[in-house]
Amino acid sequence: MITIKNLYKDYGKVKVLRGLDLTFKKGGIHTILGPNGSGKTTLIKSILGMVIPNKGTIEFNGEMIIGKWLYRNDISYLPQIANFPQNLKVKELFKMIDDLRPGAKNEAELISAFQLEPYLNKKLGNLSGGTAQKVNIVITFMFDSPLIILDEPTVGLDPVALIRLKKLIRAEKEKGKTILITTHIMSLVEEISDEIVFLLDGKIYFKGTIEKLKRQTNQNNLENAIANILEGSYA
Amino acid sequence: MILKVFFLILILSFCCKTLLLGQIYVESPDSIQHAINSAQSGDTIIVRQGVYKEANIKVNKPLTMLGENFPIIDAQGKGYVLEILSDSVTVSGFKFINVEQSYTKDFSAVHVYGVKNFAIVNNVFENPYFAIHIEKSKWGVIAENIIIGNAEKEHNSGNGIHMWHCSRIEVTDNRIEKMRDGIYFEFVKHSSVKRNKSKNNIRYGLHFMFSNDDVYEGNLFENNGAGVAVMFSKKIIMRKNTFRLNWGSASYGLLLKEIYDADIIDNTFEKNTIGVNADGSNRVMFERNNFNGNGWAIKFLGACYGNKLLQNNFMNNAFDISYNGSLNGNVFDKNYWSDYTGYDLDKNGIGDVPYRPIKLFSYIVNRTPETIVLLRSLFVDIINFSEKVSPIFTPDNLKDFHPLMKPVK
Amino acid sequence: MLKILKYGFFDLMRSRWSYIYFLFYLSLGFILLFLNQDVSKAVITLLNIILILTPLIGTLFGVMYYYNSREFTSLLLAQPIKRSNIFLGQFLGIGLSLSLSLVLGLGIPFLAYGLFQSTEIFNFFTLLLIGSFLTLIFLALAFNLALIFDDKIKGFGLAILTWLFFAVIYDGIFLIFMLMFDEYPLDKFALGATIFNPIDLSRILIILKLDVSALLGYTGAVFQNFFGTSFGMFFSLGLLLLWVIVPVIAIVVKSKKKDF
Repeated sequence: MITIKNLYKDYGKVKVLRGLDLTFKKGGIHTILGPNGSGKTTLIKSILGMVIPNKGTIEFNGEMIIGKWLYRNDISYLPQIANFPQNLKVKELFKMIDDLRPGAKNEAELISAFQLEPYLNKKLGNLSGGTAQKVNIVITFMFDSPLIILDEPTVGLDPVALIRLKKLIRAEKEKGKTILITTHIMSLVEEISDEIVFLLDGKIYFKGTIEKLKRQTNQNNLENAIANILEGSYA
Repeated sequence: MILKVFFLILILSFCCKTLLLGQIYVESPDSIQHAINSAQSGDTIIVRQGVYKEANIKVNKPLTMLGENFPIIDAQGKGYVLEILSDSVTVSGFKFINVEQSYTKDFSAVHVYGVKNFAIVNNVFENPYFAIHIEKSKWGVIAENIIIGNAEKEHNSGNGIHMWHCSRIEVTDNRIEKMRDGIYFEFVKHSSVKRNKSKNNIRYGLHFMFSNDDVYEGNLFENNGAGVAVMFSKKIIMRKNTFRLNWGSASYGLLLKEIYDADIIDNTFEKNTIGVNADGSNRVMFERNNFNGNGWAIKFLGACYGNKLLQNNFMNNAFDISYNGSLNGNVFDKNYWSDYTGYDLDKNGIGDVPYRPIKLFSYIVNRTPETIVLLRSLFVDIINFSEKVSPIFTPDNLKDFHPLMKPVK
Repeated sequence: MLKILKYGFFDLMRSRWSYIYFLFYLSLGFILLFLNQDVSKAVITLLNIILILTPLIGTLFGVMYYYNSREFTSLLLAQPIKRSNIFLGQFLGIGLSLSLSLVLGLGIPFLAYGLFQSTEIFNFFTLLLIGSFLTLIFLALAFNLALIFDDKIKGFGLAILTWLFFAVIYDGIFLIFMLMFDEYPLDKFALGATIFNPIDLSRILIILKLDVSALLGYTGAVFQNFFGTSFGMFFSLGLLLLWVIVPVIAIVVKSKKKDF
């Protein structure tokens, strides 16, 4: 579904991606892991067209996408920080996103799943972090897109909401969608990932299943496996 | 000779049936000149309503000429209309039209030459070249005339009331519009100009040249090229006049040039580009004048010594005072300045902080006139303010030490 | 783009600040007219306020809006919307709402006081038009700065500095230059220097329409010869338009290259 070739990106002196080659197959949940500053968000934003790479190509559904915008119709994105126009009401935000983006939506279902009804008439500026994240999640999942990208989706969520989110992610997977997730919560990774991509210093360090990673590092715990990679690389 | 004249009058008196006890009636198409010729000194000639096509009528004996319902005397563009060449002539109630326009001779509707005791009262002058032209005469009255011209350019237009080498003349209650100069005095002494309205003249409303000891009072000068010009003259008293709307890129309310010992008291200067343009003026007393909404209230040019400004109101002028050259020995005291922002702690009506009437920008514009394009720029406001707080450029001795808190009434 | 414009517009129309801005002009208009009942005098007073305030407000709102809506902008960036449309939409949305605050805020009191009976109506509309132009120009400049500098403090500081430059510093340099070279004929220079600063250009355009133009004297006549003709009028309006268009193009170009 996504083919990335020889991708380079730097922010001035800081080189973030250094010749990254990566392919995501259609379907399944792909987790992108890596230490802080390894280029996870840059990679995601490059796919979304929010970051313009210095070099390299990104192909999405057989189409070169750098500098284009229409392909984003097929992507739903959950950004890391949920920050909305302060003066807008929750309801109005939904309506607005609805208005901006064509296609079928199922926000009503999601609103009730995350129990957002009482907040519909509140201004977005007055929401708590967790509630804002729920709103963020609704906006992401309300569209029926083949690719869903989630950047730290669990931030600020209470356990109930977290369960609902996991259920949601699985349900989407069942529908045959491709899901990219970045997270630091290893339990979540272990629970839902079909494939792990480990980024280190702007390159792919590891790509494969959790089992493969454990085997490769001789660890039976994912957290330790990751720690092992990091220690190994810095040793 | 005397016999001859007597004989002539005798014959004429038989010809004209209208001759009756010193009153001669003239009716169109009779000739006014004939009536004059046949009249005796001291007679009254009454001209009935109608149109009289006569030019260069010579009044050569003391007569009273009265028009009934404004008879029209039409000079048909052939020189003067009426020439007064004798003492003690009164002309009243006429309408004069079609004076010859000339580039070589100053033709006028009424020309007075070398006489005493004349009166020109209540006449109407329509598009005259010059309306009333008086030379070398004394003890005259010019009152209640209406003079309306159609002057467009200075070089081919004449003045309303033009005097040369005269003295003891009173010019009162006339209305003069659209001439070159409304009233022009050259070498005129001991004369007065009162309660006239001089408007829309292309040069000056009132113009003094080399004229001393004159008074003008209670006049209105509106929308002239410049309101009043007083040049090379001494001891002129200017009181209670209104100078309004003399507005244009080179317009003044009052232009003073090389004058000494004048009094400018109780006048109003309103909405003139420059209220008073004082060029080389010395010992002039400005007292209780109102300067309201002018571009510059008073602009001093050249050397101006010993002028006094007392109890004037300076309200909402773009610049109150501007000067170039030296302003030595001038006194500013007890004026009201609407831009004054000081305080009066002892409540005596006099501000406790002296006022500096010259803004920095006004000083800069005087140095480099082109800088005026920055008028109303924020930068200009800022430098004016900082100069006010800590003066560096504007002269330190130029201050009103007793600025009033309220306008003088 | 229209949708973004609509949301930017309503977002700002809803905010406290644009109410305050609107109410400020409304009360200013009423107070000015209440104090002297004279539409033409009020126009002169307004001139100074508009020349200082519209660029300042345009600048401040521009950077403020950009930085405050940065995350929301990135939400939009992930949607299938063309990048340049997002920023153009936002720019036009704010520009429209600020201009509307100006036009309505001043228009209502002036209409209430019989503007249509006044001969000043044309000058008043010129003033509003120029105020709107200045709003858009400085809004676009502010957007550019905000796009260049991710650091809010830097962006704010430079935006204020830009305003300060055009509103004050430029005239200071202009003045010093004229004083230094006052033995040369300066009219042409003054004309040129005026044209290249949108605030100066606006100031002169309005002053020439008002009575105070007589104070400009001979230099004013040179200006009148230029701006008084229909060519000069179109030329200067074209220049103001150019002052909007060039920064707007810069917004489009920069937004295409920027990482979010």
